[in-house]
Amino acid sequence: MLEFLNSMPGAVAQGIIWGIMAIGVYITFKILDVADLTVDGSMATGGAVMVVCMTSGMNVGLAMLIAFAAGCAAGLITGVFHTKFGIPAILAGILTQFILYSVNLRIMSQKANLPLSVEKYNLLISLRNLPRAVIVGAIFVVIIIAVLYWFFGTELGHSLRATGCNSNMARANGINIDTNKIIGLVLSNGIVAASGALLAQYQGFADINMGRGAIVIGLAAVIIGEVLLGKIFKNFSLKLLSAVIGGIIYYIVITLVLRAGLNANDLKMLSALVVAVFLGIPYWKQKVAERRTVKEAADNAQG
Amino acid sequence: MLKVNNLYKTFNKGTVNEKSALRGVNLELNEGDFVTIIGGNGAGKSTLLNSISGVFRTDCGSIVIDGKDVTKLPEHKRAKYLGRVFQDPMMGTAADMWIEENMSLAYRRGKPRGLKWAITNKERAAYREMLSQLGLGLEDRLSSKVGLLSGGQRQALTLLMAVMQKPKLLLLDEHTAALDPKTAETVLNLSEKFINEGNLTTMMITHNMNDAIAHGNKLIMMHDGRIIYGVSGEEKKNLTVDDLLKKFSDLSGEKFANDRALLN
Repeated sequence: MLEFLNSMPGAVAQGIIWGIMAIGVYITFKILDVADLTVDGSMATGGAVMVVCMTSGMNVGLAMLIAFAAGCAAGLITGVFHTKFGIPAILAGILTQFILYSVNLRIMSQKANLPLSVEKYNLLISLRNLPRAVIVGAIFVVIIIAVLYWFFGTELGHSLRATGCNSNMARANGINIDTNKIIGLVLSNGIVAASGALLAQYQGFADINMGRGAIVIGLAAVIIGEVLLGKIFKNFSLKLLSAVIGGIIYYIVITLVLRAGLNANDLKMLSALVVAVFLGIPYWKQKVAERRTVKEAADNAQG
Repeated sequence: MLKVNNLYKTFNKGTVNEKSALRGVNLELNEGDFVTIIGGNGAGKSTLLNSISGVFRTDCGSIVIDGKDVTKLPEHKRAKYLGRVFQDPMMGTAADMWIEENMSLAYRRGKPRGLKWAITNKERAAYREMLSQLGLGLEDRLSSKVGLLSGGQRQALTLLMAVMQKPKLLLLDEHTAALDPKTAETVLNLSEKFINEGNLTTMMITHNMNDAIAHGNKLIMMHDGRIIYGVSGEEKKNLTVDDLLKKFSDLSGEKFANDRALLN
């Protein structure tokens, strides 16, 4: 038990970093109504850019900004594939993810793994100093949520929400939905890459596979947050926060089941199944409601 | 205000499902004209409205709104000139957004959308005032999700959103067809009110022959992708449903067939 409690700060820190990633997923999945698989690639892009920039002697803030911009560029590619090539969003994301695998290897000079030592470089966040990692992570969360709260309250932000909610209505009111989808994908992947940059600092290396399955973890965080807090958190900024909290809970649960003796290699299967079940719940609810309506109608007809 | 010249549209060209929806439609409306459109199934009524609003490109012909040729403009750029209400009450509003958010989106139709705050307090007061004109009590529910409203309320809100930024042309595509008779009447009366107050140039498709006669100063009948009959002024006012049905069979050689037609 003590061992478990000892592992909590690490779980929380990791949860916050992946929670930032989940904010990016929230923008595409909940606001634009698009499942964007680019994130598996752009997460690693963020990490790769971060390590390369730092090792070439750049300031940590500037390196973060460049990582963010690299993620934005990845989102732009998906956005152009989707809106200008007419490729379905999911496939557009998969294509970009594939492109990014090659690009990320190029960024890392064809190495699958690049170290970033906290002893040599002045990093924002590291697993060597967990309290600091949690605090810095929390500051990032607050800043990102504040900026997004402002953005989605502007005229442009409103038009993005309308695009995801009802594209017919958006077009009829003069909104260019193609441009808006691109803006959303750019913003989302920028945030995901920033999360990748934080993760690379935290774990002390960038890895070509560090984003594999990121979309599943992001969705899990969004869904856990929504299921647990959706009823109390109505405000938009709180909804974003609930995705971060979902990420933290996800990592606490992961830590718990690993301590309980689960094989780490089975984790991905477990996460995917949890996401599948939660995505299925609204569908099943509807089915049950329909069946009930049919049954009531039949009863009425007989009675 | 509107000039439609020789408009053609064929769907699924070159396949077994080829369908000529418009075959040379010509129509001219002056400012303040209110034309009602009737016709059987597949006559091309909705295709005409969708062509004007740019849902798809037409094969040939031109569309000019207020002196501006919009034939090649994409849908979202034409929106500047158009107020639209659809048949499906779900289609004209964003369900997950609040009433005031929906209104602020419509208020900026045709204007650039930047990084200014989306709703000002002054606007909010104006929205409340406008909503009270609907007489549905929505003025006290500015921050209710539109998805919680009834079909009739949503349709009334869509109508308000279509006219709050005065459109050059108001397009009503069977906008009361999905509502119960009483709500349909309310929405139709509101439409008439807004059209009169704003002297709005309007096209209204309806399946209700009586409504088509009672509203507007012009009436056109479509069949098989063409306008086969047009009438205006006194002559229109004196029409009866029987006159229209007779006109239709004389001109088309068929009986009037519309699944939803209300003949009396």
